[in-house]
Amino acid sequence: MEDYLSLLTEYDVLGAFWVNIQLTLWAGLWALLLGTLLALMRISPIASLQWLGAAYVNIFRNTPLTIILAFGFLALFGQLRFSLADDLNLSLFRIAILGLAVYHAAFVCEAIRSGVNTVPLGQAEAARAIGLSFLPSARLIILPQAFRGAIAPLGNVLIALIKNSTVAAAGSVAIETSTVMKEMIEFRSDVIYPIFFTFALGFVILVIPIGLLTTWLSRKLAVAR
Amino acid sequence: MSVQQVLFDAPGPKARRNIMIGNVVGAILIIGLIGYLVSALASQGQFAPERWAPFLEWDTWRFFLLEGLGYTLRAAAISVVTSILFGLIFGLGRLSHVAVIRWISSIVVEFFRAVPVLLMMIFFWLLFGSLDIVRPQDSPFIAVVLGLTLYNGSVIAELVRSGVHNLPKGQREAGLAIGMTRSQSLRAIEVPQALVAMLPALISQFVVILKDSALGFIITYSELLAYARRLGSGEGNMLQSLLVAALIFIVINFLLTSLATRLSGFLSFRTGGKTRKDKNEKVLAADPAGTGTGVGAA
Repeated sequence: MEDYLSLLTEYDVLGAFWVNIQLTLWAGLWALLLGTLLALMRISPIASLQWLGAAYVNIFRNTPLTIILAFGFLALFGQLRFSLADDLNLSLFRIAILGLAVYHAAFVCEAIRSGVNTVPLGQAEAARAIGLSFLPSARLIILPQAFRGAIAPLGNVLIALIKNSTVAAAGSVAIETSTVMKEMIEFRSDVIYPIFFTFALGFVILVIPIGLLTTWLSRKLAVAR
Repeated sequence: MSVQQVLFDAPGPKARRNIMIGNVVGAILIIGLIGYLVSALASQGQFAPERWAPFLEWDTWRFFLLEGLGYTLRAAAISVVTSILFGLIFGLGRLSHVAVIRWISSIVVEFFRAVPVLLMMIFFWLLFGSLDIVRPQDSPFIAVVLGLTLYNGSVIAELVRSGVHNLPKGQREAGLAIGMTRSQSLRAIEVPQALVAMLPALISQFVVILKDSALGFIITYSELLAYARRLGSGEGNMLQSLLVAALIFIVINFLLTSLATRLSGFLSFRTGGKTRKDKNEKVLAADPAGTGTGVGAA
C-alpha cells in the first residue's frame, strides 16, 4: 500500500486527468460550434448544404476516432508539416483537439437534429405565419427549443468525448491518462490493480455526475407541452 | 425527413429563386473547398503517381490492407459474440427479482460503461504481459476483445433492459396467466420480443465495436490501422494509406448503419415494442460513436 502511495507522488495523476479535461472542454466547444452549423445546414432548404451536412455526418460517424487522431499526427503533422503552434507539444495538443472536435461534431449535429424533432410542427408554422424566414425562425424559435430538447443526447456526446479524450494517445499527446497509466504500470507492474482502479474510478467520478446533471437539466428545462 | 417540412413551406416562385441562388452559392462553396484542398495537397506532391500506385497492386492489398482487415474483422466478430453473451447475462441480471443480483449487475454495467475502453485494453494488455498466462503474441488480441466485450456488453445489457421495459404492457401478465413463472415469462416471452425490437440498435452497436477495434493499434494489435501505418511508412505515403484504411472502415460501417435503418423501418411493423432509437434513452446514444470512441471510441 505504501509502495502504491509513493507511486502517486512520483506520477502526476491529477495532472494527467486535467489534460483530458482540457482536451474535452476545447474539443467540446469546437464540436458544439461545428455541430450546430452542420445541423443548421441539414435542416436548411438548400439542397447542396443538406447534402454536405449529411455527407460530413456519414463520413465522420463511420470512421474510427483512432484513425482520425493517427491521421492528425502521422499525416497532417508528420507528412504535411501542418502545425498549430510553434511549440511541438502544444501543436500536437491542438491537433488532437481538432481531431476530437471534427469527430464529435458529427454526433453533436445528430443530437441537435434529434432536438429539432422534439419541436412541434405548429411552432414552425407560427414562425412562418408572423413572417419569419428560415434563418430568423431557426434562430429565434426552433433552435432555442431544440437545444433544450437535445440536452440529454448532448450530455451523452460530452460523456463519450471525455472517455474518447484518452485516445489522444494515438495523436501523441503524451501526458494524458492512458499514457500515464501505461507508464505507471510498466514501471510498477506489482501494483497493477490499484493503478487501474485509480484511473477507472477517476473516470467514473467524472462521468456519472455529468450523466445525472444532464438528465436533471433535460427534465428541468424541458419545454412543457 | 419531416424536419424539412417543419421549417419551411412549399416554396413559391420567389423562394424557389432564393433557394436556387443558395444552391449555386453552396455548390460553389463546396467545390471551392474541395478545390482548395486538392490544390494544397497537389502542391505538396500528394497526388504524385508513386504515392497512389501501390493501391493498384494486388500485393499491397494481399499483404497489407486485406491482411489487416482480416485481423480487424476477427477481433470485431469475436467481440460481437462475447458482448451479446455478456449483455444477455447482465441485462437479465438487471431485470432479476433477486435484489442482490440486480445490484451486482447494475454496478458491473455502470462501471464498465464509465471507464474508457482504451484504459481497459491497456490494463488487460499489461496484465497478461506480467501474469504470463497467455502467449505474449496473443495478449494484445485478447486485451482488445476483453475491452470491447466489457464496454459493449454493458451497453447491450442496457439495450436488453430498455427493450423489455418498452414492451407493451400485459406481456408478462399473459405469461403469468397461462401458468408461467416470472423468469419463464421473461425468457420465453419478453426477452425474445425485446431482442427483435432492439436489433437495429444492436447493429449500430456493431459499428461501435468495429470502430473501437482500431484502438488495438495503440496496444500493438496488428489490425487494419497498424498495417496501413506500416504500408505508409514503407512507401512514404502515410496520408494515402490512412485515407484508404479510413475508406474501408467507412464503407463497411455505412453498410451496417443503412442495414440498421432499414431494419428499424421494417421491424416497426413486426414488433409490439419500439424499434426506433429513443432519443432520450441514455443508453442508446451513450456511444454515439461510439468511440468508445462510440460516439465511438473509448
